[in-house]
Amino acid sequence: MDSLIVVINALPAIAAGGVVTVGTVAVSLALGFVLGTPLAVCQVYGCAAARRLAEIYVWFFRGVPILVLLFLFYGLFIALNLPAAPFLICSVTLGMTSTAYQSQIYRGAIQSLPKGQLNAARALGMGDKTAVACIILPQALRLSIPGFANEFSILLKDSAICFVLGAQDIMARAGFVAARTHEHLALYAAAGLLYFALTHIVVKLLLRLERHFRIPDYAVEGGGRS
Amino acid sequence: MMADLLRVEGIGKTLGGRRILNDCALSVNRGDLKVLIGPSGAGKSTLLQCINCLIPPDEGEIWLDGERLDRTNSAELCAFRAHVGMIFQDFNLFDHLPAGENVAIALRRVRGFSRAQARERALTELARVGLVDRAHLYPAQLSGGQRQRVAIARALAMDPRVILLDEPTSALDPELVGEVLSVIQELARGGMTMIMATHQVEFARVLATEILFMEHGVIIERGAPEALLAEGRASRTRDFCARLAEFRIND
Repeated sequence: MDSLIVVINALPAIAAGGVVTVGTVAVSLALGFVLGTPLAVCQVYGCAAARRLAEIYVWFFRGVPILVLLFLFYGLFIALNLPAAPFLICSVTLGMTSTAYQSQIYRGAIQSLPKGQLNAARALGMGDKTAVACIILPQALRLSIPGFANEFSILLKDSAICFVLGAQDIMARAGFVAARTHEHLALYAAAGLLYFALTHIVVKLLLRLERHFRIPDYAVEGGGRS
Repeated sequence: MMADLLRVEGIGKTLGGRRILNDCALSVNRGDLKVLIGPSGAGKSTLLQCINCLIPPDEGEIWLDGERLDRTNSAELCAFRAHVGMIFQDFNLFDHLPAGENVAIALRRVRGFSRAQARERALTELARVGLVDRAHLYPAQLSGGQRQRVAIARALAMDPRVILLDEPTSALDPELVGEVLSVIQELARGGMTMIMATHQVEFARVLATEILFMEHGVIIERGAPEALLAEGRASRTRDFCARLAEFRIND
């Protein structure tokens, strides 16, 4: 009974942490989208040097643990005299990591499109930039929504590590109350439930988005049920 | 010589160490329908795609209306392609756009039409191929023949000076071939300049101004259909066409 009261009392604080978590994840995902899309285009259509650079970027961010990256960026922010606000550092770190993962989702989607789509656009006199923007990406991004939902659910849970830099997220708030009250089990269960609920809601929303943008009667070769 | 609408000379292409095209030359005058015939793998499709540089030729020159194409200049290449329509074997409609938008998008993005202007022009072109009532449907909701007719409307909307057709009926079920051929026939009668690769010998016999027979990446025979396909004439083209006909009967 005491545990329940502790959790109920801690709820406003944990919910406030939820706002920080959601904010961090939203900024990171957006950053990953804005940078990951051109990175993917670069990897598919870029010149050899651009492809190599994109590859190195992905290789680095996929190869280093998030925890290490967070401390690395913390050090970088300090060294460069940038404002070392936890929210900022965490968003940039997670965002740049997500860029690497999202770029691979988009790259795969672009490469799964029939080659004739680009040929047809070029044959009509479209430059490559126009063709990619008007023909390739609108199709590739539709195909990327399930992968994006997956990336969101992973990123949301990865964000729980941001407490190490002092971010006031769900995990940090739950930990703070747990340290004072010793109700570890109940508080972390509450935190876990909140992560679970957030994942569930957003994945459902993305599924709606996927349905909304579905091309009528369109099935990718070898795709599953329509 | 410079009066030719489109002229290509010395087109050669090597892919993966294999010589696909060797010293191919052809020219078309306004209103011509030149037909490329030849066995699969002869290089017909590669030649057509070299003409608008979807496959950049290794060597050779291309002139449109007497102006030599500098294919290293991407703006010039885009402008050239906007004047040279292309119809593909497997249609290549933009899968995410309904038929009307398939026709309209290049008008907006390449020709700078407003949305309303492009829409209006798209409906005009769709009407020309008999599909104005299908403008709202997506490619996946159309039959193969309808898709190819939308692709033709898409090419026509750009007011091309010449259209390249790469086996436009090869991917179609037999009962759908007729509707596409009749649209192409209408274009030919209307004086549209075209270069077409096809296995439709009868179509070529009736409508072609010249037949070019290709084998192993070389144009080995060329001439008016009545000359190449004449009874008793010993031409490679005639042999090939006779074999096609034979195969159809056995089939």
